[in-house]
Amino acid sequence: MFRILIAALILIAPSLMAQEAVVVDLSQNRVEITATYSGSNIFVFGAVKREAPLPTGTGTLDVAVVVEGPLETVTVRKKEKRLGIWVNTDSVEVHEAPSFFTIATTRPLKEMLNEGDLRDYSIGLDYAVRPQSPADADENIESFAQAVSRIRQDDGLFSQREGIVNLTEETLFEADILLPANLVEGDYTARIYLIRDKNIVSDASVAITVRKAGLEAWLYNLAHENALIYGLLSLFVALAAGYGASEIFRRLRR
Amino acid sequence: MQIYLPIAEVSVNMFVLLGLGGIVGMLSGIFGVGGGFLMTPILIMIGIPPAVAVATEANQIVASSFSGVLAHFKRRTVDIKMGLILMLGGIAGATLGVQIFKYLKSIGQVELLVTLSYVIFLGLVGSMMFVESLNAIRRAGKPGVLPKKKRHNWIHGLPFKTRFRTSGLYISVIPPILVGVAVGILAAIMGVGGGFIMVPAMIYMLGMPTKVVVGTSLFQIIFVTAYTTLSHAMQNFTVDAILALLLLIGGVIGAQIGARIGVKLKAEQLRILLAIMVLIMCGKLALDLLLMPSELFSIGEGGE
Repeated sequence: MFRILIAALILIAPSLMAQEAVVVDLSQNRVEITATYSGSNIFVFGAVKREAPLPTGTGTLDVAVVVEGPLETVTVRKKEKRLGIWVNTDSVEVHEAPSFFTIATTRPLKEMLNEGDLRDYSIGLDYAVRPQSPADADENIESFAQAVSRIRQDDGLFSQREGIVNLTEETLFEADILLPANLVEGDYTARIYLIRDKNIVSDASVAITVRKAGLEAWLYNLAHENALIYGLLSLFVALAAGYGASEIFRRLRR
Repeated sequence: MQIYLPIAEVSVNMFVLLGLGGIVGMLSGIFGVGGGFLMTPILIMIGIPPAVAVATEANQIVASSFSGVLAHFKRRTVDIKMGLILMLGGIAGATLGVQIFKYLKSIGQVELLVTLSYVIFLGLVGSMMFVESLNAIRRAGKPGVLPKKKRHNWIHGLPFKTRFRTSGLYISVIPPILVGVAVGILAAIMGVGGGFIMVPAMIYMLGMPTKVVVGTSLFQIIFVTAYTTLSHAMQNFTVDAILALLLLIGGVIGAQIGARIGVKLKAEQLRILLAIMVLIMCGKLALDLLLMPSELFSIGEGGE
């Protein structure tokens, strides 16, 4: 009986010893887009929890932090030259494209994680837009999906910043995630991966709510819920401004 | 100072918008046009989504035309009857235009349509105006040669004739309605008031006297663009109130300054300058269609 117990312990021990878990928090879980919003940053910080001391001879520890916006379906169009002018010809629906994607890592991504996990967990710009379903997965579709990533990189919505996560003594880490000014509201997530020897050993995920606030929220909701009132209000402001300007200048001229 | 636009969902510099409104407003004040044909493409260039640019610009034109028409009312240079008939056509045209816009947006050709319309109409109007004002300047050098008198053409053979007292015309209501429809469609698709089409059409097709043309054009533009604004706001949710406000603050001030400058310039010089400006814009947009774009792909909204 005792022997069996010992044997069991010996079997379990290595996995217990290797067990590392990530504990993480954000400086803010809520981003408010107000009229003067011009981008913001979220500070991601965390620690590695261990049941036992670090085993010797293990590989380096790495951390990847992914922050992404809601996944959406977008229509991507391609221009071709027809009758001498450039016009949209082909169009493809690209599914599961995040509206925003940024990744911060401790080291160059390809050196720290295996290709399979990069793809399966959508880590990195190459896999930010999820691989398209096999039914329509030909090379053509992939070029459209890549275009989404490329265009959004140009717009500052997709980014990959390697080496900016600070990892101290393989225990504490921190990263500063920048959110651009052209952020769109939605339910964002921060995913944090603990990687050792090119394999994910632990992960955590935290929700971030991005909402318009104050005047922005009021106008946006009015525009969508009471479109007539919003439209009339816009017209009223226009007429008032037109009248105001003409009156002011008439008085100035006297 | 950066400001986040609630509908366009982009953050832009407030002073850029105020300045842009001011400059375009000044030009529109000088030349007596709405300035939409300049503003809409510029807004798209600075990163405002085209659908928002078109709808919001319509709202801004309401402000600048209203500001302008008040001065014309005082000078009694508005043909209200003609304006109302043009407006009826204009509203029918705008209804059609918003539908066309919606349909083309769904098949991804809205950008092409907008750009093509701009190139064609700016090109036509710009070159006509250029040639015409060049001739006028030459004529001015040789005194004694009077411009041709109004001709009787096919327009005078149409039924439903009515008298337009302010314009001193007795013509059929059909041509003004057709002009209204055509300009209404353009207004909705291009995000312009259509003054640059309306003014030549009124002078050359309807034979209206030049002094009532600008006031009457502004008068009907208010109604058509107000209607376009409401349609876009209710069907496409693309009117950005903050963007419109910033543009129109700059715009109305600029328009008033421009109107003062405009008085000091001669009509032919004014028209030739406007023609050159229209042609430059046309050339820029034509190049966009002809040259290979640096990015062949573009992202549209959602799936079906």
